[in-house]
Amino acid sequence: MRHLLAIEDLERADVDRIMARARSFAEVGRRDIKKVPTLRGRTIVSLFYESSTRTSSSFELAAKRLSADVVAVKSAGSAVDKGESLRDTIATLSAYAPAAIVIRHPYAGAANLVTGWTSAAVINAGDGKHEHPSQALLDAYTLLDRLGAVDGRRREDLDGKRIWIVGDVLHSRVARSCALCFRMMGAEVTVCGPPSLIPRGITEALGVEVAHDLDALGEADVVYALRMQRERMSESFVPSVREYVAHYQIDSRRLGARQLLMHPGPVNRGVELSPEVVDGPASLITAQVESGLVVRMAILYELLAGGEPRGAGAADRDAELPAPTPIGEPA
Amino acid sequence: MSAATRPISSLDWRGGEAGPERDLVLRGARVLDPRAGVDGAHDVVVRDGQVAELAGAGAAEVPGAEVVEAEGLSVFAAFFDPHVHLRTPGREDEEDLETGSRAAAAGGFCGALAMANTEPPTDSAPDVAALRERARAQATVPLGFLACVTRTMSGEELTEMSEIADAGAVGFSDDGVPIRSARVMRRALQYQRLVDLPIALHEEDPELSGRGSMHEGAVSAALGIEGIPSISESTMIARDAQIAAFERARVHVQHLSAAESVAVVEAAKAAGVAVSCEASPHHLTLTDERVRGLDASFKMNPPLRTEDDRRALIDGLRAGTIDCIATDHAPHSSDEKEVPFEQAAMGTIGLETAFAAIFTELVLPGVLDLATVVERLSGGAEPFGFRAPRVAPGAEANLVLVDTEAEWEVGAEGWESRSQNSCFAGARLRGRVLMTVAAGRVAYRQRSFAMGVA
Repeated sequence: MRHLLAIEDLERADVDRIMARARSFAEVGRRDIKKVPTLRGRTIVSLFYESSTRTSSSFELAAKRLSADVVAVKSAGSAVDKGESLRDTIATLSAYAPAAIVIRHPYAGAANLVTGWTSAAVINAGDGKHEHPSQALLDAYTLLDRLGAVDGRRREDLDGKRIWIVGDVLHSRVARSCALCFRMMGAEVTVCGPPSLIPRGITEALGVEVAHDLDALGEADVVYALRMQRERMSESFVPSVREYVAHYQIDSRRLGARQLLMHPGPVNRGVELSPEVVDGPASLITAQVESGLVVRMAILYELLAGGEPRGAGAADRDAELPAPTPIGEPA
Repeated sequence: MSAATRPISSLDWRGGEAGPERDLVLRGARVLDPRAGVDGAHDVVVRDGQVAELAGAGAAEVPGAEVVEAEGLSVFAAFFDPHVHLRTPGREDEEDLETGSRAAAAGGFCGALAMANTEPPTDSAPDVAALRERARAQATVPLGFLACVTRTMSGEELTEMSEIADAGAVGFSDDGVPIRSARVMRRALQYQRLVDLPIALHEEDPELSGRGSMHEGAVSAALGIEGIPSISESTMIARDAQIAAFERARVHVQHLSAAESVAVVEAAKAAGVAVSCEASPHHLTLTDERVRGLDASFKMNPPLRTEDDRRALIDGLRAGTIDCIATDHAPHSSDEKEVPFEQAAMGTIGLETAFAAIFTELVLPGVLDLATVVERLSGGAEPFGFRAPRVAPGAEANLVLVDTEAEWEVGAEGWESRSQNSCFAGARLRGRVLMTVAAGRVAYRQRSFAMGVA
C-alpha cells in the first residue's frame, strides 16, 4: 500500500495484513518499554483542518511509539488561517521531506488531492463526510478482538455477524468507512435512522440494508451508534432532540444482553446513547480508543516499513510476521 | 416573439481573415445539412459571404478561388452556441472575447451568445454597448451578448430591459443563478412583451440544491457529498413553464440535466407553451460515475447525473424536445479547480470539444445519427431570433469542414481558450474541425491542416 485514502480502495488482504500487524503491536504494548525503532529518523506530519482529540493524539502517539519525529500542524494559528491554499501548504510541508502526511480536512477528496502534490505517503484521517478509514480499521480490529475465537483460532472475519449502524448516516464519514469495512469482512450491515438522515441511494452505494426504526434491532450482534449533532435540528433534518431520543437512542431497554455497543466518539450522553449503556458491560467504546493506537501503528508500519505480502495467503500466517523488537533490547 | 429572421452576421465581430477576400471552393466534400435537405458529395462555392453554389463533386470551376481538396472530409452547417461564458469583463485571466471566440471558431461554431454573469454583471445598456464594441475589435466569430434579467443578478429588481434591448442585447438571462422569486419571474415575462427578446433560464431551486455539489444519488451517497436532487431543476422548469403559459410568454431553458426536466419540457411543449431548451455535450456523454475519483474537472452546475438521465436527454434530443446543443463553456482558472471537490468552482470549457465528444460518444456507437447532431449543434440560433446556419445556395456562408476520421487527444496540442478546465481533457476523440467559415469569412483553420499536412 502506498497511501491510505479510503476503505473503498482496499483489498481484503490489505485489511488482514493491518489486523495482523496491529496484533503484534498490541503485544509490544504489554511490555514495559512500548517503543520500537522502526521509523527512527523519519518524519511524520499531521495536518488537521478540523478539530480532533482522539484521531490526532492517537496518530501522534502511534508515530512516536515507532520512533518517528512528528510535526503536528493545526489549521488555527497556521498559514492556513492566513488563506494559504491546501496545495501551497502541502508544498511547504513537503520541503521537510516527510515520510507520511496524516491529513484531516472538512472536504471530501482532500487526501486524494494531496497525493498528487507530495512524495510522502498520505493517510486520510477524515475527509469531509466521505471516509475515515483508520476509524473503520480500528473498529474492525476491536470487533475481531472482542468477538473471540472461532474453533480455537483467532477470529479473522466477521462472517455472519449482523451490525447495525444507527443515527446520522448522511453526515457520517465513519458510517461510510465502517459499512464498507464490515461488509468486506463478511458482516451484514444495516443502517438505521430517520429518512432525512439516510442518503438516497445508500443501498446501491454501500450494499447495506436500511431501517427507519429500531424494532428489529434485536437481530444485531453489534450496535454501532453515531454521533448526533445538535445543529441538525436547526436544519430540519429532525424536529427535536427529544423526538430523536425517543425514536433512536440506544438505552438499556433497547440493548440486549448479548449485543455489543460501539461509538466513534465523542459521545453525546443522553442523545444517541443513554449514560448507562456508555459505561455498561456491552460497551466497547474504551476498547476502540485502545485499538486506535495499535491499528494506527500498523497503518504507519504498512505504508512506511511494510511491503506487499510475499505470496497469497501470507496475511493468514501472522505467526510468520517478525515481532517488532522493543528499543533497549538487542535488535 | 418575432421569427428567426436576423442573419448571424448582424452579431458583432471583427470579421475573418485579413486581406482581400477570395472565393472559396471546398471540393468534393460530403455536405450534410438536414435543414436544407442536403446530404451528398458536392463542391461548395463561397462567394461574397454567401454559399454561391453547391456544384457536383469536382464540377465547380471558379477562377482565382482558393480551392480546398475536401474529398473524404465533411462540410456541415456550422454550429451555433447560445450559451457560453466569456468572463469579460472582470475575469479576463480566464477568458476574453478574443480567446473565447477563437475557441468557438476552433470548435466549428460560427457564432456564440455570451452570458451576463460577468464581474460586475452585465446589467445595463452601457455594459452591453461596451461589450459589443469590444467584440467588433476582438471577436473571431460573431458574438451576441445577453444582459441580466435582474439588477446585479440578485433576483430582485428587473434591469432596464427596454433600454438594454435598444443597446443591442440579444436576450436576457441571470444564468449562473436561478430567479428565485416567482413574482420577479412573472414580471420579467410580462415585460418581455415590450422588448421582444428571449429570456434564458438557469432552472434550479436553491432551497433544494442547498450546498450540494454533485447529483444526489448512489454516487453522492458513497462519497458523502451533499447532493443536488433532480427535482431542484425540474420543479423550477415546471413553475416557469406555467408562468410562461399564463403570460403567453416565451422561455428558453438552459442546460437540461435530468430526466424529470425532459418530461416537464415535453409536457409543456405538448400543451402549447412557447418553450425551447438546450442540453450540453457533457450531460449528453458523461454521468455522475465520473465524479467517483473526486476530480473537480467533473464538477458542473447542473451536475452530471445518472445514466437514466443521460438516456432521457439523448431521447429528448432525438425527438426534438431538446432544441439544441449548447456547451455552457465555463472557463475557470486552475486555482479554482485544484482544490477539494466540494470547494471547487463549477463548470467545464466545451467549445473546442463539443462536436468531437458527441461524435465519438453518440454518433460512432450509433446512438444518434449524424444529421440529428448537426441539426442540434446548429439549432441554438433560432430560439434567439437568428437564422439557422445553412449550406444552401443564397444562404449566408456559415459552415464547418470536419475530418470525421481524425483522432486526437484533447488538450495535447494546447487550447485556444485561455482556460484548460475541460472534462474531456486527455480523452482520445474522433472528429476534428479543420476549418470554420463564419458569416461568410474564414474564421479558423486547424494548424496542421492549414500547413497542408493534415
